[in-house]
Amino acid sequence: MLRLEGLRLRQGEFELTAELTVRSGAVVAVMGPSGGGKSTLISAISGFLRPLAGRIIWDGVDLTGLPPGQRPISVLFQDNNLFPHLTVQQNLALGIRPSGRVSPPEAAQIVAVLDRVGLTGIGPRRPAALSGGQQSRAALARVLLGGRPLVLLDEPFAALGPGLKDEMLDLAAGTLAAAGRTLLMVTHDPADARRIAAEVIAVEAGIACAPVPIAEFLADPPTGMRSYLGMDRGKVG
Amino acid sequence: MPRWPGIAAAVLVLLLTFGTLAAVAIRGQGAVVTAADWAAIRFTLLQAGLSAVISVGLAIPVARALARRRFRGRGLLITLLGAPFILPVTVAIFGLLAVFGGNSVLSTLLGWAGWPPVSIYGLHGVVLAHVFFNLPLATRLILQGWLAIPAERFRLAATLDAPVFRLLEWPMLRVVVPGALAIVFLLCLTSFATALILGGGPRATTIELAIYQALRFDFDPGHAAALACVQFAICAVVAGVAWGISAPDGLGAGLDRVVDRWDAGGRGIDAVVITLAALFLLLPLTMVIWRGVPGLTEMPASVWAAALRSLVVALGSVALMLVLGLGLALRPGRWMGGIGMLPLATSSLVMGTGLFLLLQPFTAPALAALPVTLLVNAVMSLPFTQQTLGPAVTQAEAGYGRLATQLGLTGWARLRWLILPRLRRPIGFSAGLTAALSMGDLGVIALFASDRSETLPLAMSRLMGAYRMEAAAGAGLLLLILSLGLFWLFDRGGRMHAAT
Repeated sequence: MLRLEGLRLRQGEFELTAELTVRSGAVVAVMGPSGGGKSTLISAISGFLRPLAGRIIWDGVDLTGLPPGQRPISVLFQDNNLFPHLTVQQNLALGIRPSGRVSPPEAAQIVAVLDRVGLTGIGPRRPAALSGGQQSRAALARVLLGGRPLVLLDEPFAALGPGLKDEMLDLAAGTLAAAGRTLLMVTHDPADARRIAAEVIAVEAGIACAPVPIAEFLADPPTGMRSYLGMDRGKVG
Repeated sequence: MPRWPGIAAAVLVLLLTFGTLAAVAIRGQGAVVTAADWAAIRFTLLQAGLSAVISVGLAIPVARALARRRFRGRGLLITLLGAPFILPVTVAIFGLLAVFGGNSVLSTLLGWAGWPPVSIYGLHGVVLAHVFFNLPLATRLILQGWLAIPAERFRLAATLDAPVFRLLEWPMLRVVVPGALAIVFLLCLTSFATALILGGGPRATTIELAIYQALRFDFDPGHAAALACVQFAICAVVAGVAWGISAPDGLGAGLDRVVDRWDAGGRGIDAVVITLAALFLLLPLTMVIWRGVPGLTEMPASVWAAALRSLVVALGSVALMLVLGLGLALRPGRWMGGIGMLPLATSSLVMGTGLFLLLQPFTAPALAALPVTLLVNAVMSLPFTQQTLGPAVTQAEAGYGRLATQLGLTGWARLRWLILPRLRRPIGFSAGLTAALSMGDLGVIALFASDRSETLPLAMSRLMGAYRMEAAAGAGLLLLILSLGLFWLFDRGGRMHAAT
């Protein structure tokens, strides 16, 4: 269970507060207008932004003071999710441990994970030799391999075409969520949220609200979210 | 990254610059600046000023011609413009003497016309050599300015039939030229080997040469330290000015684009300018090769031993430079950047002498000559290598630092998986630069070398001093091949398999 307790964040002039709980194994969309604080929230949870006040707690353990690499968290950023100078195999090995050294059973595990995301035999290649979709799959494979229970997706598939994006979301849900990991997914597209998320955290006007079921959110969004979702014109996203 | 490697590197560089200066200074008692010193200071400023103005003045038409003309061999010529910077001073001067000196092609031609032969010793010789070294560098700096003008502006000027020079080129030159002047001026201020060979006497002695004389002939360390302080102060002022006008960087790549423009004319002038510049650059080098090939068989065996010593020193300098350079680069910021630039204002002779004085209780000077040279060469190349290593670390961290942090890559793992692989090209380039500069260095070794610690540039200059010109030519060719070859090998090594 992820718990944000009296969290206050500041990035430049911008301030955000959060007081909420996400249960283990949930798939939650983080939605809101751009500049509303979605990425600020993800930065703080992943450890790249030190909060002004408050605590970030995972399963009873206070993460607030831990560096990003020691948190039980994997993040997929908007871009640069793979080292371009390393092979896919080496990139995945770094997901197992920072030394990059893997035992024979772990090497076999890498092969198996690549099979699972549809990248059979691609281990020796470098990311530049892969398509955009294949790169996303490789990055997902590394997250799968790492085994950290909380996964943050900061719009990693935004640059893909709509068909590919849906495919990747399904893959993320089918592998990560199916394995019981908790998923926080930043998106500005209600269709993405509806596709794999059960709940929504609305982030706007400096406040990250507690998760609500997605149907409830879309049927009756908070007032500030209405124009963002295009509901002023009486239309749902 | 942990803090200690950067701090250790910074402390070491500070010790080697200010620490050695202090070690020299405390040996002297009450140093006075003599009339001869004032003459040296005046000469230093005069030759550096002339060298800067002439180099940059000539570089402007060359850069303009290269910017707007497309011709076969253009890329090669621009690559060659990078060569004089890493060319051993002794080799370049040998080539210049063969073209412009007393027994040269030029003097022979003048003799037929009834003119006396030319001499390139003294002020004009020093300036000629400095222009040879710095005209190409200035050309690359200014060419970068031309290529930085967006192509759309030239197109817009063409549609308006507006004067390109007043509208586009003059404003660019006003920004770029002061920086280029400052860099050339700064590089010429600490000139030693050129002044040692072509200058000398009361009328053509630079400060660095005066330091050499104070140490070698008068053994007066206090006087040398005082001169080093004067030199440091002048360099610091110039470096401050250069910093203020944000000096451009001419060492990088990306000069292979041609500016498309629509104003006709100037074709003939450009052809003449490019031909003259290419001749000025290539003739001395050709003469080194031309005279060097037969000279290879004339060389005494000691030259080969000297070459081996120089090679070992160069490789050692590369290793030490990489440790210091990466250490400094890993902690980016104003302070580390400033410390990396310090050696530019430092007297390498004083640094070497200080090291000798510090090592004296533990070892004999003859044994220390090569290790001290290695240390000094590594430190003296830092101002140039940090220009590429520093920004490359910043870029690697900006692009992939977040991913590395997220994966828990710290310390050695971060260096191994993120920094070193992303820095292959700049590391190769810096290593090549350091190897070539160290290979060709004639500085501190001239003070302390015995016959058994002679380096290749010293062996060559001694052969020249003894008028054994064939043997000197052979040694010069060997030195040229080793310097450029080392640069090429390291630079190529960095590029191979480097992922973008």
